[in-house]
Amino acid sequence: MRDVSIIGIGQTPVGEHWDKSLRELAYQALLAAMQSAGVERVDALYVGNMLSGELTAQEHLGALIADFAGLRGIEAIKVEAACGSGAAALRVGYMAVASGLCDLVACIGVEKMTDQQGSTVTSALAMAADAEYEALQGLTFVSINALLMRRYMHEYGYRKEDFANFAINAHANAVNNPYAMFRSPITAAQFAEAKPIADPINLLDSSPIADGAACVILAPTSIAREFTDKPVRVRAIAIATDTLAVHDRRDPLYLEGGALSAQKAYAMAGVGPADIDVFELHDAFTIMSALSLEAAGFAPRGQGVRLAMDGEIDLNGRIPITTMGGLKARGHPVGATGMYQIVEVAQQLREEAGLNQVKNAQLGMAQNIGGSGATVVTTILERI
Amino acid sequence: MEVARYWRTTKQRYQLVGEKCPQCGRRIFPPRDVCPVCGHEARTAVQFSGKGEVYSYSVVHVAPEGYEKFVPYIVALVRLAEGPLVTAQLTDVDESEVWIGMPVEMVTRVLREDGERGMLIYGYKFRPALPVNNQAPQAAAQPMRTPLPKANGVHPEPVLQAAMP
Repeated sequence: MRDVSIIGIGQTPVGEHWDKSLRELAYQALLAAMQSAGVERVDALYVGNMLSGELTAQEHLGALIADFAGLRGIEAIKVEAACGSGAAALRVGYMAVASGLCDLVACIGVEKMTDQQGSTVTSALAMAADAEYEALQGLTFVSINALLMRRYMHEYGYRKEDFANFAINAHANAVNNPYAMFRSPITAAQFAEAKPIADPINLLDSSPIADGAACVILAPTSIAREFTDKPVRVRAIAIATDTLAVHDRRDPLYLEGGALSAQKAYAMAGVGPADIDVFELHDAFTIMSALSLEAAGFAPRGQGVRLAMDGEIDLNGRIPITTMGGLKARGHPVGATGMYQIVEVAQQLREEAGLNQVKNAQLGMAQNIGGSGATVVTTILERI
Repeated sequence: MEVARYWRTTKQRYQLVGEKCPQCGRRIFPPRDVCPVCGHEARTAVQFSGKGEVYSYSVVHVAPEGYEKFVPYIVALVRLAEGPLVTAQLTDVDESEVWIGMPVEMVTRVLREDGERGMLIYGYKFRPALPVNNQAPQAAAQPMRTPLPKANGVHPEPVLQAAMP
């Protein structure tokens, strides 16, 4: 197997792109990444996307985007794993390059959500859950997370306000990210007074739906320096699964898929949680931040929230998370999110994170979660 | 619309029929054909008692399509007496009265409707468990029947006793 590196990155701002279609967003990110790598052609294109069929009546994204981007003829397919689609596309691209089947590969995450609104988007997002036994009962994605958060508070004795720092930290970091959707800080008082969505989850626990696209170009590490001075090596990327429905889990408060994919990634890279300098986690809701920190080994069970309360997650903390705003404040274009996380970790390792630069970041990790934890992709990147 | 899709799962939705693993005895709901504990094929149908307690709960204010007219409604994870967790709505109760650990029992209610002229989908919900001495024994022994809506726009919410002998 060949060693693989990221040689180019690109992203569009996350937000409500009324003037841009899905294909235009994807092309914008792809073009930026190809320019960043200095390439004019790739061998293959893997597109991570969750809801194009449901929200824009468009499937067959591989051929669509390849053609629109002037790459007609190349291998191109869509990869779907709910909100984990972005990083899942990276995994497919990684396998293509590592296996030797392809040399230059583009991996895109793209989502166009604002062409629909209200109950249509709510219904579409619920497709990540079990259609027959969760969604049919009227469960929404936010209410599934609310069930987890209430039980977590009940079992471990936390108060609602103990989760505030996840959101405050994300917003503080988004201020300095020109690609972020919400570039405004929030306070603990604002968090406490935020509008309830599905108790105990309020508006400021929740990431916003949005449009966006992000892209990386992969190449064998052996030739990476021909394209860039700042290659970022993919030390590990691992996917694991868990039950689709929360009620089928052995313990709903433990992300077994998250733990499994993190363990596989640590083993593949030969490192542990203590070696990670930056961690982009999947903060779709504040409870998911806590569960992800625990599953990835940064905190014992029931102690993930403690890291936020103690300030361990900010840029100078023990484990900086959501350093460019996270899903909460950068925004959560669901199928694109995993690729934004990869681009942001790469920015940190390339020392391109501006005011949010984590000093001496050598190893960065991203954990992209599909559904309420049924697909989890953990990626470890290294500055070389 | 997709009549067969709903028809396939009527036993589960009307009667909480799950499975029992012939190897390890584990009760399984929803049915999944392979025991999640021992991996043995589990196709022995078993009806659950419908008794359980609230594991966690929340309230939906922004509903998916087909559920808008029911908001706000309480959703929950219910730990069934036989072991499995089930995702379901709570009914006949105010949010302020719900607590983790509250005993509940299954009833059959309208889950969703597919538009003005579409199907009504019935299924299980859970309500606070009635005190045992208030329970009419003959009601509990009645077989389950699928209630039919009388006419379009009229949606009776029958309170059928789910507990089977």
